[in-house]
Amino acid sequence: MSSTLALDSAAKPGRQSAPAGPTRRKLSPWQAWGIVLIAPYVLVFAVFVLYPVAYGLWLARHPASYVHLFDDPVFVRTVVNTLVFLIIGINLKMLVALFLSGFFVRTRWWIRWLSVLFILPWAVPSIPTILSLRFMLNPEWGVINTTIFRLTGADGPNWLNNPQLALFLAILVHIWKSLPFWTLILVAGRLAIPGEMYEAASVDGATTWQKFRFITWPSLQTLYLTSSILSMIWTLGDFNSVYLLTGGGPADQTHVLATLGLRYLRLDLVDLSMATVVCALPFVLPLVYFMMKRLSR
Amino acid sequence: MSRSLWRQASSEAKLLLIGIPVAIWTLLPIYHLVLFALSPRGQAVTGKLWPDHPTLDNFAVVFHQEHHYLLHFWKQLWNSVLIAVAAGAITLCIATAAAFAISRLRVRGGRTIMNLALFTYFIPAAFLAVPMYKTMGNYGLLNSQWALILAMVTIATPYAIWVLKQASDKLPLELDEAARIDGATPLQLFRLVYLPLMLPSMVAVGTYALLLAWNEYLYAFLLLSDDRSTTLGVALGSFLSADDSPWELLMATGLLYALPPAAIYYAFKRYMVSGLTAGAVKS
Repeated sequence: MSSTLALDSAAKPGRQSAPAGPTRRKLSPWQAWGIVLIAPYVLVFAVFVLYPVAYGLWLARHPASYVHLFDDPVFVRTVVNTLVFLIIGINLKMLVALFLSGFFVRTRWWIRWLSVLFILPWAVPSIPTILSLRFMLNPEWGVINTTIFRLTGADGPNWLNNPQLALFLAILVHIWKSLPFWTLILVAGRLAIPGEMYEAASVDGATTWQKFRFITWPSLQTLYLTSSILSMIWTLGDFNSVYLLTGGGPADQTHVLATLGLRYLRLDLVDLSMATVVCALPFVLPLVYFMMKRLSR
Repeated sequence: MSRSLWRQASSEAKLLLIGIPVAIWTLLPIYHLVLFALSPRGQAVTGKLWPDHPTLDNFAVVFHQEHHYLLHFWKQLWNSVLIAVAAGAITLCIATAAAFAISRLRVRGGRTIMNLALFTYFIPAAFLAVPMYKTMGNYGLLNSQWALILAMVTIATPYAIWVLKQASDKLPLELDEAARIDGATPLQLFRLVYLPLMLPSMVAVGTYALLLAWNEYLYAFLLLSDDRSTTLGVALGSFLSADDSPWELLMATGLLYALPPAAIYYAFKRYMVSGLTAGAVKS
């Protein structure tokens, strides 16, 4: 990661000196080939990004759609759900990832093996695993409630029939799926910290907490913030964790913005579907702006 | 001496105290999936840790397409393979060419196009699903597998271009200058110098696009509604439509669906981890 950064700053002077070369001459074969080679992507962008977005905005052009949307109690509930999902989901996930990254940098043979297995939720497609979790939570036959019944003789809760519980479980599913990735990122961040700093701190008699507070955290905080922002964007777009676990139910009480568009499409209210996306933009665009700034530094 | 041994043991125990819950948390849903796939009908729910008579019968039922949910198993598996490979290959071609044009040929407007692509990458794909669905309808592509392939290419290319451009910027500028002095055409530079050097990144990017397309659920099920044209992932989701779904068959099919991407991930981990994690977040 640090090497990417170093190269970025090294690449910039190269960019500045480029106009002196033959590349900038009008209609040089280099420019002509450049246009030919970039054309396929520009075409894809125009046909499958620009046009759909413009068409979507055009469908969502009537103010009446927004009035209709804000009158829908499901929409209000969805916005609240999305905020809860983001606030709990991101913070819980990133804190646990920060903690576990400290665990996975330890050099033990069994931790190395565990780290290979730990990636599985990220490496395996989400459809089968989320469906597996969904069946584990089945109130009658699921393994969780059968175990509760065997141990206590009492019936377990009807997990996915309680909106709060179902949303919380969807958050846990999301964390289960994405925790490995962010742990890996923070492990990479921790490995970039020079080991001598910790050795020097040990010589000075620093406690574990002091090492974290004065060495690890200052080195990781930028990465932690960037990761949180990127994770927020991806969490906003997490359709599978909610849709495959709860389907938005019970009674449309567990939708998030990513799944609500589909609900309106099913109800044949395409304008509301697009209006939902437009309403999500004020959430998304600042985050996207932040990430763009980060990456094109 | 025994004091330091004691301390070592207690630190090891503390690590285990973290490691064991992490292992259980990670593996439980996957273990549950495997357990069901190997259990005879109705026996997995008894709550045993391992079935008394593990069986491969569920897989036999799946392979012989002997259940009405699985009538098109082989066709859907083939669709998944075809769509993933096509999306991976097309993404790779488009992204490699674009990264070469932006990074090495310094095509005018390249930086703007890179920024537009990055912008697309950061807009969550779930938000583009409904407009994409309507657009594909306008283009008359709904229910054609091209719709899904092109949608996946659209979603995968921005990140692919960015990763390849990052890797390409690392190649020394002298390479191009030397090639130009020797009178190489841009195409020769591309074929003889650029492609061989970019191969590791291209493996990472191709794998990324392939897995993205294989794993996709939302777009697949929006764009392909016919049982014969849809992917295995959507077929899995359709098990949810009834309460009395044959869960052991769902899990067996799910396991078959999950194995190829997991195998590919571990096979190309070397490339994936360096290429993709470094690209995902730059500190």
